[in-house]
Amino acid sequence: MTLVQAASLLRTRQISAQELTTAFLERIQRLNPIINAFITVDHEGAMQAAKQADARLNNGTATPMTGIPIGVKDLFCTENLTTTCGSKMLAQFRPPYESTVTRKLKEAGAVILGKTNMDEFAMGSSNETSFFGPVKNPWDISRIPGGSSGGSAAALAAQLALATIGSDTGGSIRQPAALTGITGLKPTYGRVSRSGMIAFASSLDQAGPMAWSAADAAMVLHTIAGYDPLDSTSIQADVPDYVNALATRMDGIRIGIPTEYRPDNLNAEIQKALTEAEQTFRDLGASLVPISLPHTRYAIPTYYIIAPAEASSNLARYDGIRFGYRCDDPKDLKDMYTRSRNEGFGAEVKRRIMLGTYVLSSGYYDAYYRKAQKVRRLIADDFHQAFQHVDLILTPTTPTTAFPLGDKIDDPIAMYLSDLFTISVNLAGLPAMSIPCGADQLGLPIGMQMIAPILKEDKLLSAAHAFQTATPWHQRKPEP
Amino acid sequence: MSHDPLYEMVIGLEVHAQMRTRSKIFCGCSTTFGAEANTQICPVCAAFPGVLPVLNTELVQMAIKTGLAVHGKIREKSEFSRKNYFYPDLPAGYQISQFELPIIEQGELTIERDDGSHKRIGITRIHMEVDAGKSLHEGIQGASWIDLNRTGTPLLEIVSEPDLSTPQEAGAYLKKLRAILRYLQVCDGNMEEGSLRCDANVSVRRHGHTKLGTRTELKNLNSIRNVMRAIEYEANRQIDILESGGSIVQETRLWDANINASRPMRNKEEAHDYRYFPEPDLPPLVITQQRIDAVAQHLPELPDAKRQRFVRDLGLSEYDAGVLTATREMAMFFEESVQQGAHPKTAANWISVELLGRLNRENLEIEQSKVSPNHLGRLITLIQNNEISGKIAKQVFDIMFETGANPETIVQEHGLKQVSDTGAIESIIAQVLADNPQQVQQYREGKTKVMGFLVGQVMKATQGKANPTAVNAILQDKLTG
Ligand SMILES: [Zn+2]
Repeated sequence: MTLVQAASLLRTRQISAQELTTAFLERIQRLNPIINAFITVDHEGAMQAAKQADARLNNGTATPMTGIPIGVKDLFCTENLTTTCGSKMLAQFRPPYESTVTRKLKEAGAVILGKTNMDEFAMGSSNETSFFGPVKNPWDISRIPGGSSGGSAAALAAQLALATIGSDTGGSIRQPAALTGITGLKPTYGRVSRSGMIAFASSLDQAGPMAWSAADAAMVLHTIAGYDPLDSTSIQADVPDYVNALATRMDGIRIGIPTEYRPDNLNAEIQKALTEAEQTFRDLGASLVPISLPHTRYAIPTYYIIAPAEASSNLARYDGIRFGYRCDDPKDLKDMYTRSRNEGFGAEVKRRIMLGTYVLSSGYYDAYYRKAQKVRRLIADDFHQAFQHVDLILTPTTPTTAFPLGDKIDDPIAMYLSDLFTISVNLAGLPAMSIPCGADQLGLPIGMQMIAPILKEDKLLSAAHAFQTATPWHQRKPEP
Repeated sequence: MSHDPLYEMVIGLEVHAQMRTRSKIFCGCSTTFGAEANTQICPVCAAFPGVLPVLNTELVQMAIKTGLAVHGKIREKSEFSRKNYFYPDLPAGYQISQFELPIIEQGELTIERDDGSHKRIGITRIHMEVDAGKSLHEGIQGASWIDLNRTGTPLLEIVSEPDLSTPQEAGAYLKKLRAILRYLQVCDGNMEEGSLRCDANVSVRRHGHTKLGTRTELKNLNSIRNVMRAIEYEANRQIDILESGGSIVQETRLWDANINASRPMRNKEEAHDYRYFPEPDLPPLVITQQRIDAVAQHLPELPDAKRQRFVRDLGLSEYDAGVLTATREMAMFFEESVQQGAHPKTAANWISVELLGRLNRENLEIEQSKVSPNHLGRLITLIQNNEISGKIAKQVFDIMFETGANPETIVQEHGLKQVSDTGAIESIIAQVLADNPQQVQQYREGKTKVMGFLVGQVMKATQGKANPTAVNAILQDKLTG
């Protein structure tokens, strides 16, 4: 069942929100111990919300999202509901405030089932850095679901929710979406408010929907998008009706194929799936145009300077003083800082704090951070140039399909390379989606990435919807 | 000056001025001073996870005002940066400040030196930043308390060029800057309470040398007097070192007003690598010319302009104009008195001599005066209209100073109204002449100076209430007629 179908059943009162919520909660109870997609399941809150949703559905004040059971990545602050960010540091943290994203969802009547697992502070590509244990890929529980929104992706793939919210700093929505066979959208930087979303790298972080289809994602995006006075970096632009903009043809649409995203050593099955997808787009009326994004190869080093730099500063507030983990019996202030942070943060978080501290330190700032900002502009310019000639850009989402648990966790560089195709998009602030476009020999999902110009989420969703109308890939589900 | 005349000082000041915005710089919390600890905080200023700063536009207006008042260049595009360091009263682990692109650059103000000459002092930059909280180390043994009420209070940091050459110039600069900030009503300027703070960078060099000496930074200067004393002390300390063949260590020194000396800050207290980088949560601040023009239109008249106008248009002396424009309150008092019809010169005299004299004796500020400017203006008008004499006016003023009553009521209740009725004066004069035939005789013989004695007798008989001009005229008439 998709979100759109469920919304229709709710509207026509063929099913109640409470029945729907109960069904999902039962499924979570059964499968979450295996998948570990949720850190916190809010039975009571969800049933309460479902009850209110039924009242709205009955009195005509419902929105299309009313009564829809969803999961929210555990870095969106939810008032009085534990928000851990996947970290020991915040294992007991109950925010006294609500993130703008969850507030909008609640106001629309969505039912938040719980908070989904994630890499600690969103730092990771396999969901193995979570303090609450790794998430398993529902397609093969010996494999990772991707990260950092691994819980949100796995929850959907295991049908533990009708939609989930993730966040994407370097691919954290798109990469797990690809590896679990679902649809994930990272909007334009500033399209969705970051207020109440625990920061990893402020200039790159962006919240977005994860769903079974582009049509479902459109509905969720419409609910959470928009300017927010609480986030000075959010964009003051009207939110289009993404659902109405969905089309089934792509006549006249020019799709750019960047040569830099098809390295010779690209996994052959992924290569094949992309070639087939290109043919599908042609059949839908689109034309394919080879393009070049020459600065692509600098994206990973640039990202691994800017993101850790911002993270090292963003994570300074976790000092054991006002909230969060504090070590036992600190001897003095320095001991409290050092041990609280040393014991409260995991290895990957500490690695990135050190990296970020280093690149910002005096004597290195110009060589690293300032230079990275310049390269970042060059990468953005590449896209800007390309979008003079094409409407969308098509690339693979990931260099491989889901890899086994433990495969790369001790090799940070190999792990960082799994975001090879997604990172440039964050550096340029563009909207991009990953949608399923095939499967490898083992049946593991393959995803493709579509990238659009700033604020063209409607074009993106429309293309994804047309593709999904013509192909069955998004309907494949893992064995229960 | 006590320091060696072979040397000159090079002094630059960094002033932190707390802005009087209603709410904090990045959240809606109140900025009221003195509230109970940790009652004026929210998730934003306490740096909880996920919250974001939103810039207070009132602060931007105040910064523009200040920039215009010191003839600074207001950047079309400025940016905020993070200054990173760990301290318990800095909840985010970074201070949001402006680093590479401050809102204002290249300002200046003019100070008056002790010899009356003027000197232009450059202002390198003015930038916006957030104040930290306070650590309280009192109370329970081994524990510290943190009060975050002040966290997020907006500051302007105003950095001068090293254009100041004496402690006196530094004092004059601070007074002038404080007056401007108060005129603009953007800062209380209270150094004791810390709403205005000053650090001084001091170096010395031999006269005629152009190369700057190694400088030290002086902190903990909580009054203008301490700023001047600390600079004097530091210059002498540096000269002593140089004269004995030593060299100056670049360091930060803390002033101890109790012992009139400074000591180096421990290395632990400084030596930070602040790792500045542009604040990603705030987009660059763009200020249009239109916005600057709008602020300029509402800029109040500033001390220099007011002073010049008082001299040019109101005929005051340079000195009086200087006294009356030293603070915004004083200037307002004067102008309101004049509005009541008081002659400017007379009003200036009454304020600078009588009122300030009394206030100083009782250690009061002009804002605390029971005599309102309106009442003082009316008192002067009574003199100008010959309703009371200047001498009686002083009596009335004393009552006004004690009670705050209006001058007309006092004159009425105490029967102090001047007698200008010529009939009444004539009959008193007739009596005085009858009582003093000898003096009348002397006058008529040419000893005209007895006139003074006779006038005195008339005034005595009327308890000073007779109009002196009328008394003179009538006496003259009677004696020569
Ligand atoms: Zn606050």
